[in-house]
Amino acid sequence: MTLPSPLALLLHQTVYDHRIFWRSVAPAFFVLVFPLIMLVVFTALFGNELIPALGVTTAQFYAPSLAVYGAVNAAYVNLSASTVTRREQGILKRIRGTPMPPWVYLAGRLLFTATIAFFATAIMVGIGVAAYGVRLFAHTLPAAILVLLVGVACWAALGLLLSTFLRDGAGAPAVASATLLPLAFISDVFIPPTVQMPRWAELIADWFPLRHFTHALGDAFNPSLSGSGFAWSGAPGEYAMLHHLAVMAAWGVIAAVIAAWRFRWQPNPEGVA
Amino acid sequence: MAAVVVENVTKQYGALTALAGVSLRIEEGEVFCLLGPNGAGKTTLVEILEGHRGRAGGDVRVLGFDPAQGGRAFRDRIGIVLQHGGLDDELTVAETTRYYRSLYARPRRAEDVIALVGLQSKAHTRVKTLSGGQRRRLELALGIVGEPDLLFLDEPTTGFDPSARRQAWDLVRALRAGGKTILLTTHYMDEAQALADRIAVIAKGRIVAEGTPDTLGDRHRLDARIRFRLPAGVAFADLPPSLQHAGSTPNGRCELRTADPVPLLRDLTTWATARNLDLDELSVDRPTLEDVYLELTRE
Repeated sequence: MTLPSPLALLLHQTVYDHRIFWRSVAPAFFVLVFPLIMLVVFTALFGNELIPALGVTTAQFYAPSLAVYGAVNAAYVNLSASTVTRREQGILKRIRGTPMPPWVYLAGRLLFTATIAFFATAIMVGIGVAAYGVRLFAHTLPAAILVLLVGVACWAALGLLLSTFLRDGAGAPAVASATLLPLAFISDVFIPPTVQMPRWAELIADWFPLRHFTHALGDAFNPSLSGSGFAWSGAPGEYAMLHHLAVMAAWGVIAAVIAAWRFRWQPNPEGVA
Repeated sequence: MAAVVVENVTKQYGALTALAGVSLRIEEGEVFCLLGPNGAGKTTLVEILEGHRGRAGGDVRVLGFDPAQGGRAFRDRIGIVLQHGGLDDELTVAETTRYYRSLYARPRRAEDVIALVGLQSKAHTRVKTLSGGQRRRLELALGIVGEPDLLFLDEPTTGFDPSARRQAWDLVRALRAGGKTILLTTHYMDEAQALADRIAVIAKGRIVAEGTPDTLGDRHRLDARIRFRLPAGVAFADLPPSLQHAGSTPNGRCELRTADPVPLLRDLTTWATARNLDLDELSVDRPTLEDVYLELTRE
């Protein structure tokens, strides 16, 4: 008999992570349900009218930006918190004592995270289309999928990085949300860019990878823009997402390198034994 | 063939020396018990053997591998029962067992190991609703599901009721009969006495004694103890001369130590019979494993 193949173990890990996720109420709520509630609330409050400054309806703006919020909750909040909890409870240590290759374990967790994020996005857009007249465009779909993939990878890397700084699994979601929420308010997730922000807020939003995510995905849903999105900056009125992608990729790579260097499988630091 | 060979292993945590040159050898197929107070270096040594920690110096061979770089092939052949948890609350007993069995090259059937630890009736129960003892039994099942050649058991019966403990002991004996090598750490001396082929005592980062449960610390050569209570109205000075060197306590308990208890017992019982006296609480024993252990690890 030989050891199971990395591919078999990758799928095995993904399936088990899904099983655990769907049985845990709080993560499933914040990834799947909370963004939908926001979509219903925003369209009810503002009316699903055309916003002239944006060229889209309320739902057409909020469906992609709230999908981004759900995806980032899956990648950043849920992945970091569950990793801290599993380290604290000794699950990571137990895994490390088995023939599961560590990189396959982490890859399985990333694949699980990506599938959850895509599923949450599909639900959000699906309900937007069915209930609020949200329109999808075939020519921007490949760019939108790529943006989602890179955005989730970037925020998953940040989630793993955050997990290396925390010890307490119960407090981890609060820390993750506390770092995410202020950024979300200045990154056109809850407040549309028609609201004028102070200069410092603009600079911060431009620096971090969240607004790049919402704009790169949101522009794919903007009917007044032309092009497939595969352009660096683009002429006025053209959908261009590659520079957003580059910012997210840079954050993701740097976060992944530091996370890989700092990552620990044991609950107790060296010396406490 | 040795399953584990440790030669002069050292480990420091900053200024603290956790292991100050430990050497030991565990033969294939034996139950080897590591005893030692908390902080003696026991966990550090075991985690170095498991591959969870690195060492500062010395040589280690576990099943022919250096655990520091053993990789998948090494971890496929060991089983680890950790001291604390490592279970996902949301999964059931059967799901947890199936998850871990899928990681190994030649695993046992999940149902079989669940039955072996006596959790059949809990197979479809979520881990979060298990009692402490039941969780510990599941951890035992996960340790053996990969059919390991070497099993690390870190305090495997903590939190067990007496019958679950006997069941776990039977399981360890059955694994040993099946040719497994077992490294056991425990705080229960009766467990070490009942299961171990050999015992090593570790204190302050060194092995201070090694032997079988009966010979550890030269226990078999230590003096026997004869203990009894002086009958009412009898003074210590009334005892026969050969027994006068016995110690006595104010409440009339007497204890004497001797390499050769038979003649002294004869003198004592002849003396008591002639005077028609009862000797309450008369006992003859040798120091227990616990006595020897406490002596060896005294600060």
